[in-house]
Formats: sequence, C-alpha cells, structure tokens
Amino acid sequence: MAKEIANTTSFLEYAPAPESTSILHLKKSYGLFIDGEFVDGHGQSFSTISPATEKKIAEIASANTADVDTAVSAARRALDKTWSKMSGADRGKYLFRIARLVQERARELAVAESLDNGKPIKESRDVDVPLVAAWFFYYAGWADKLDYAGLGANPRSLGVAAQVIPWNFPLLMLAWKIAPALAAGNTVVLKPAETTPLSALLFAEILQQADLPPGVVNIVTGAGETGAALVRHPDVDKVAFTGSTGVGREIAKAIAGTGKKVTLELGGKAANIVFDDAPIDQAVEGIVNGIFFNQGHVCCAGSRLLVQENIHEEVVDRLKQRLSTLRLGDPLDKNTDIGAINSREQLERIRTLSDIGEAEGADRWTAPCVIPENGFWFAPTIFDNVETSSTIAREEIFGPVLSVLTFRTPAEAIAKANNTPYGLSAGIWSDKGSKILAVADKLRAGVIWANTFNRFDPASPFGGYKESGYGREGGRHGLAAYLKSAATQGAKK
Amino acid sequence: MTTDHSPTRQTTSLAPAERAVRLLGSELTEKSLRLHLEGLSGVDAVGLEQRAAGLATRSIKTTSKAWALDRIIELIDLTTLEGADTPGKVRSLVAKALNPDPSDPTTPRVAAVCVYGDMVPDAVAALGAAHGDPDEGLVSVAAVATAFPSGRASLRVKLADTADAVSAGADEIDMVIDRGAFLSGRYGQVFEEIVAVKEACRREDGTYASLKVILETGELTTYDNVRRASWLAILAGGDFIKTSTGKVAPAATLPVTLLMLEVVRDWYRLTGEKVGVKPAGGIRQSKDAIRYLVTVAETVGEEWLQPHLFRFGASSLLNDVLLQRQKMTTGHYSGPDYVTID
Amino acid sequence: MTRLTIPKTYKLYIGGAFPRSESGRSYEVLSAKGAFLANAAQASRKDARDAVVAARGAQSGWAGATAYNRGQVLYRIAELLDGRRAQFVEEISASEGVSAAAAGAQVDEAIDTWIWYAGWADKYAQVTGSGNPVAGPYFNISVPEPTGVVAIVAPQGGAGSTAGGSLLGLVAVVAPALVAGNTVVVIADQTRPLSAISLGEVLATSDVPGGVVNILTGSPAEIAPWLASHADVNALDLAGAEALEWVDLEISAADTLKRVLRPEPGVPERSLDRILAFVETKTVWHTKALI
Repeated sequence: MAKEIANTTSFLEYAPAPESTSILHLKKSYGLFIDGEFVDGHGQSFSTISPATEKKIAEIASANTADVDTAVSAARRALDKTWSKMSGADRGKYLFRIARLVQERARELAVAESLDNGKPIKESRDVDVPLVAAWFFYYAGWADKLDYAGLGANPRSLGVAAQVIPWNFPLLMLAWKIAPALAAGNTVVLKPAETTPLSALLFAEILQQADLPPGVVNIVTGAGETGAALVRHPDVDKVAFTGSTGVGREIAKAIAGTGKKVTLELGGKAANIVFDDAPIDQAVEGIVNGIFFNQGHVCCAGSRLLVQENIHEEVVDRLKQRLSTLRLGDPLDKNTDIGAINSREQLERIRTLSDIGEAEGADRWTAPCVIPENGFWFAPTIFDNVETSSTIAREEIFGPVLSVLTFRTPAEAIAKANNTPYGLSAGIWSDKGSKILAVADKLRAGVIWANTFNRFDPASPFGGYKESGYGREGGRHGLAAYLKSAATQGAKK
Repeated sequence: MTTDHSPTRQTTSLAPAERAVRLLGSELTEKSLRLHLEGLSGVDAVGLEQRAAGLATRSIKTTSKAWALDRIIELIDLTTLEGADTPGKVRSLVAKALNPDPSDPTTPRVAAVCVYGDMVPDAVAALGAAHGDPDEGLVSVAAVATAFPSGRASLRVKLADTADAVSAGADEIDMVIDRGAFLSGRYGQVFEEIVAVKEACRREDGTYASLKVILETGELTTYDNVRRASWLAILAGGDFIKTSTGKVAPAATLPVTLLMLEVVRDWYRLTGEKVGVKPAGGIRQSKDAIRYLVTVAETVGEEWLQPHLFRFGASSLLNDVLLQRQKMTTGHYSGPDYVTID
Repeated sequence: MTRLTIPKTYKLYIGGAFPRSESGRSYEVLSAKGAFLANAAQASRKDARDAVVAARGAQSGWAGATAYNRGQVLYRIAELLDGRRAQFVEEISASEGVSAAAAGAQVDEAIDTWIWYAGWADKYAQVTGSGNPVAGPYFNISVPEPTGVVAIVAPQGGAGSTAGGSLLGLVAVVAPALVAGNTVVVIADQTRPLSAISLGEVLATSDVPGGVVNILTGSPAEIAPWLASHADVNALDLAGAEALEWVDLEISAADTLKRVLRPEPGVPERSLDRILAFVETKTVWHTKALI
C-alpha cells in the first residue's frame, strides 16, 4: 500500500536493536537439581540449542529412572520433615521471596528464555517473566488462607506432585505448576521440556538464593522417558501435565486405578469468532495476537478464524495488510514480533500440515518475511476458504498458521466452534454485549475471551473441556487442585 | 442555535462537499450523513490502547534514531498560542524555527510556525524569504482560526477569523470543530461549518490554504466519537485531521492518534486519497515523538512521514529532540544551557 | 564524650506529608517509666478535616489500581517494616517498657499481620464474590468494592487498657481497610504514638500514594466525634474506642448511615471479616441473547 520512499533508508527497516546476552552467566553444563543442589544425572546428557541459530547453549543432564527415584524421595523427605510442618505463613514467605527474586532477575530470565525457546525478547520480557512473578505473588498470599480454598477448614496437601511441562512457555508453565503446589503444602518434582530446560535451571539457582528448604522443589531434566518415569513413580500423589493430547492420554491411562490425582492441560484448536458488528481494527489485532503470538505455539491459540460471511473478504484483506508489518527474525532483537520455531521437529510438523492444507484446496497466503539462513523459521501463513472437514481445521498445528472459515448466523458460529474434540479456549468479537454473553454461554471451552485474546492472570482459572484436558490452573480453582479436604482419608501423610 | 430535531432538518440538503457526495450520493442530508457515521465500526478502547502500547515498545536505535530525530524536527509546527504573544515573541519563535540549533548547522528546519491569526503578519514578515513550502526547505505559516480554542462564536465571526488569516499570508489554517454541536448530534451543522471554513480558505488566485480540522479529542471523550468526527472532517473536505488545541487535557495521545491514522488509512483504501494527521499538545519528549513516527509507519505507511501528511503540534518537543541529537553527536548527555529558548 | 543525639520531631502524617497540627499544639509523650520521650503533634478537628480531604482525594486512585498492584504495594511496606525492625523495637521498648525480645515479637507479629492482609488483595473477591444463577437470560455477577474513606480509632494503650502493642494494634486495624481499596484516617494510640508516626515514615518511603493512609496523633476523645459525624467518611472503625463514649459516636455516625465496627478489647484478630466490613457488594445484570 505505501509506496517505497525514494531515499535508500527505509524507516520501517528498523536498525538492529539487540538485547545483549552478556547479562547471562551460563554454565557449560547443568546437572539435575535434587535436594537443593545440582547433582550429576545418570542418563545420557544432551545439548540445548538456540533454535534461531542452531548453536549449542549448554550441556544438560538427563535423569534416568534411578535419578527420578532419588528426586521423588527427596521430595517426600522434605514434605514429611519440613514442608508439612511449616506454617502456611512461612510457606508464603518463601513464595514471596521467589517472586521478588524473579522480579530482580527479570531481564536475565527473559534473555535466557528467548535464547533457549526462540520466542521474541519482547514477549518474554513483557509477558512471560512478569506473569511468572505475578503467579508466585498471587499464590504466596494463598499459602496461609487455605481454609478459604473451598474445601472446608484445614484442607491437606496432596503430597508429592509430579509435574511435566511443555516447551512453549517454559518458565511460565513452571510457575503455573510450582506456585500453587507449594502454596498448598505439596513438594514437587518437575521435568522441563527437553528443548527448553534453561530457564528452569536458572530458576533452581533462584530457589537456592531464596533459601528454600532442600527437596521442596526438584528439577529433573530429560526427555520423554524421564517424564514417563516420573509420572509412573509409585510414591507420587499428584500428576500435573501440560503438553500434547497424545501424551495426556498416555498419562491418564498410566495412572488409572492408582490413587494419583491428575490434571491435564492439553491441546486446542480454538475458534476466534468475528461477528460483523465487531470493533474491526481491534478484531484484526486480536486475530493476529491469537495465532501469531509466540509463533502460534500456544495451546489456546485462536487457530481457526470463524468470520461472519458478510465481512469475510474485508477481514482477510485487513489481516493481510496488518501482517505486512510483522517482523520475523532474531528473537533477541527487541523489534522482532515472530521468533523461531522451537525445534526442527516442530517445524517439520508445521510444514507437513501446511502442505496438507494446500493439497486439500485451501488458499494459502504467506506474509512477506525474510527468512534467516540458520535456525528454524516459519513465516505467518493464512489459509483462506478452509472448510470444517479440512485437516487443518481439525488438527492442532501449533505454529503460525491460521485457518479461515466462515459462518452465517450466531448459531452456526457456535456449532462450528464446538465441532471439535478440543475445548480449551475461544474468542468472540462483537460490540453487542448480550450476544457475547449468550455465545459464551454456549461455547464448550474453558476460557473465553471477548474482544480480546491470550490474556492470562494468576487470578483467572485456565483449562479445557473435552480432549483439551481437565482441571484448572490459576485462581482459587488452581489452588484447590492441590488440596484435599480434611475429611478425606489419604494413605500418605 | 436552537436544538432542532425536526424531520425537516434531517432531510434538508447539506452543502455538497465533493468527498461526501462521492461516497454518500448527491442526496446529501443530515440523515444520510448520520447513517454513515453511526454505521462505522465501533472501537474497543482496551484493544486500541493495547495496540498503541505494543507500537510503543519498538526500539528505535542508532541510524533509525538519527533519521527519526531529524524527521521529527522537519514535521514540527513550532507553536506559540498565548494571550500574551507579541510581535517580539513571534520573531523569536521564527528565528528558532529557521535555526533550531546554532551550534549545529546540520539541524533541519521545522515545517511551519503556528500562531494566532492576528499574529500572521508578524510571522510572515519575520520569515521573509524563508517563507514557503517545507518540501523546498522553507517554513510555512499555520494560523489557528475559528475562535480557537473554544470555537464558541458565530459562524460569521469564525469565517471572518479564517479569511483574515488567509489574506494575511497563512498557508495553513488550523480550525476547531463545534464540539457542542457534535456532542448534541448536530453532525450536519459541524459538517457545514467545515465546508464553509474550507471555502474561506480560498485565496483570490483560486488556490486554497490547507485546512487542518481540530477535533479536540479530549472533549469528544470516547473513541467512537473520535472515529466519527474524523470521518466527518474528511468528508467535509479537511486536508488534515488534528487531535487537539493543546488547551484541554488530555491532548494528543498515542491511542487517539492511532485511531485517526486508521481512519486515514481506511479513507486511502477506499478512495486513493491521502489525508494528513496532526497530533498536538502534550508531546514533549523525543521518545514519545518517535513512537508516533512508528505508529504512522506501521499503520498508514512511511510515505506519511512527510510535512504534507503529518505534523507535530509542539513547542518544547523541539529542544528535547535537539538535546537527543547533541547526545548522538557528542556521545554524552546534554543540558538546557546548550539549547536556545524560543 | 557521648555524642549528642538529634531528637526527632513527631508530626502528623497527612496527604503523604508530615505537617504539624494546624492548631500548633503538641503534647508530651512519656515512656512507660514516665520519662520524657518526645512532643507529639496534637491533632485538631481541622487536621482531621484535612485528613479526610486527603483520604477522599486519594481514594479513587487507590481503588482504581489493580488488586495485584495494591497487593504489591502493601507487600512492599512489609519489606520496609522488616528493614526498619530495629527502629521499631527501640521505640516500642521505650514507650511500652517491654524488653527488646517482647518488642521484637510484637514487630514480627505486626509485619506478619501486614503480609497476611496484603495477600488478600487479589483473592478476597474470588472468595466473596459470585456469579449468580438467576432464573432468566441474564449474566449476573456480584463483586465487592471498597466503601471509600474509613475513619479508625486505633487500639489505645494507657493505664487499665487491654490494648496490647502500639504498633500491632495500629497495623491490625489499618491493613484490612486498605486491602479492598479504601483510604484511611486513623487516630493513633494517644499515649504511645511514636510507632504510628514511624509507620507513617515507612508509608511515605514506600509506593503508597499520599493520602491513602493518614495518621493523626492526639486525643481520640477530641477527634473521634468529628470523624464520626463527618459526612464524607463512609465507615467508622471504633476498635480502640472502648474507653470513649462510643455509643454516642455510633449514634452520630448513624446520621449519615456509616458502616460502623464496634470496639474490641485488645488487638483485633486477623480476619477476612475485617476486610469485608469495609466493602460494598455490587451486583450487575446483563442480558444474554443469541438473536
């Protein structure tokens, strides 16, 4: 739309604005964090790399079954000897300390996260890390108020929690798991994702600075086997998993018949519904945010645009224009909007599904981005004229790929939105309050955003319907997930 | 003017401003105008402000920053609008406009000086041979008119105010809309006043002074009102839409300017015509001004970053930009003693 | 040669500043043993009036901050109190004639009480609010909101009183009122006011906006009636008013239908109820329709 200006410099090609990595003091290799210390792992160690450059960042230990057992034992000991005997007020004080330390080291954590995960520094700095601190602050205040969690007076912790988290919001997912667990009096063994262990290991250093009693939090790095060993360990009382629906199914099967409580936060294929009376410019922003924030690596991403048919062309047109100013590139450049895809594997999956989308007849459009040579990149892509029976309308792509479908009436929008085994989130765009609330009533999704998208808050419960999992994180509900009422007779504790 | 909601007023024809007729048809009435304005998409304030905040996180450094600082100066309407303005004050302002930083001859000139209508002769005289089109390195004279800042006077007085400024040599007229008429729903009246003022900008040789229409967004209050007023001003023939008089808080804000740029973008998409935008009042720091440049570039495109399509209505901003320029040249922080007062 | 000290002037804390009383009056503050400790400002009804103006001026900003932000600000105060522990211990030992250990225990309890309340800021709405299942096509939600300006008579020490600590008593009544977004005018412990003014110093150096907490030292008997009758005060906490003609105060407050908390012996317990006493519940209905 705008003509090129005659001079050689284009203002829009902003000069590099790199965030320096000199703030990091990384070790060449990291051990497992068990019982308050870094110890060697006995599995096969592996590298973690920057997905933007493919360069190695550090060598990471891998926990084998014996290591997992050590970690669980440490958690059990810490629970029995220290954490269960501590007052809620004191547990809260530790959580407040952690929150403060996260704030103090915020910049360092943001840089590490962007380096290891590939997400833009703008996002890790402005969204991820502040939310991490907020999560710990919020749950710190609950630790001595458990009587109000909704389970009656004197609720008990569940015991030892096994927590397995994904690679898309590494430190934030860690906070979602650890903060409520500790506030409720549990101890924890947490496994970060294989491709994004770094921020969790820096977090372990923060736990040392906070002087958290050893064994209350243990961090075991590793891949799928480590996670499986952890989840299946007989001395674990609670399992909390965020990740793919496929793995979620396996976990649900594995704990069947055991006494373990479980919460699962799995995949999604959220519908972002734009009515013809939507505030149009903000709706376009919301669509962009919904699917391109964090490179679309978001379980609750608005990956299906359901646009009212009478504004279909206009919305897609505006969307394409808006995408022309998105900047893809170095995650550590402060002006980058779209960072790297987290791994080669994920990039392949996105490519494969996109090719299927094209093969099935949708109209593919890609934002004009310059793709760097090294690293894993995928330019924001829109598939227009997708039908409900298309593969890319059903399967979670987990990348910056938007499928556009249309609807005629509110009822049809609802039917299409609900026509999926998933049910994590949805967006509704309209200027009419009564319609928003009525549509929200009928959507089978655990989180509904009206005239906004991708908003998270420690006070706001998050979780899915149907195959997007069960249980909620955040809010009072998230706390209750780590407690049982005083009347419940538990085998442990 | 009495409030008149009679059917007759609704169907009376409005002055056939060209853009309005092209878009809405030759049967241009209060009603057809109102239907269009009320049919525009609403604005979600939370989303708008978030988008503005997102644009404000752009990090403009090194070469981009140097370019931006120079460009900001070139887009400034250097302003004095005080009851106490004197010919001496205007001469001092003009001198600053022509030579912002005596210690650095690479400093560009501002786009225009902005003064009250009755000070135009003093501005023109002080500019002398440097009076002219900013595209040619010269400086324009912009005059506020139409009973600025309140706009509370008869149409006759407001038109005379305008005509006087134009005949004294003003290249640009910054008018105010009648906010009372707008807020009470008399869109047709607001429209016709703009059309009349535009006509009052006509010179004897048939050319027109450029018309900036001040919406006074701080008094319109809601973003929906700002969207409507922006469209109204464009349909009535404004060359620029301007946020504020600077006499009412809040004056220019990034979200409101973003919204006005979106309207200008939509108008361009619809017609291919380019309308200018001028945020005025409250922009004092370079880093804020840079955010406005980013917002322009990422909303309508960098072509708009030129004097005929974008201006800053500012006074103290200039010195802050000069301090930043000095830091970029010398490598150390500067201070108020090293920039001149105007 | 021992170093000459620089004794502190104890002034009022109003609107974020430390003015003397407009009346120019002060009164002697004595230690538990009767030794002279300091002159404290003796607040007048005009100081109380000014404090209410300051509290009202700050209220919409404090209530308008996010609950998270309020919690953060309140938590920061706890950090600063913790940092100044030694100062408070010294003042309390001198005022109340207790050992440093006992004074330390009181300060610790005050800090922990403050933290307990701070942690409620972004949660109490989830425990007390509700989405209401009305029988019709309506979205219906009840949310708590701050009542506004709260005037408080802090627990009073002195002969025969059951008041407990001068710092702890003050914290136990001020913190709960702040949590929901109310602003406060508090009459401190008359005979043991030093901790109150030191708390004012902590507030002035924290992120608490001026006017959110206003501390008056002087005679509750003189000042309380003016606050009880003040039409721009929304609630009255008579926690420390048991030695006053508090029923008259309650009657006076009834003219403007203030929310009133009656006197309690000793230091009020921590409770969610103390927060809810200064909260109004707002219920909003919104239609729901698909077509």
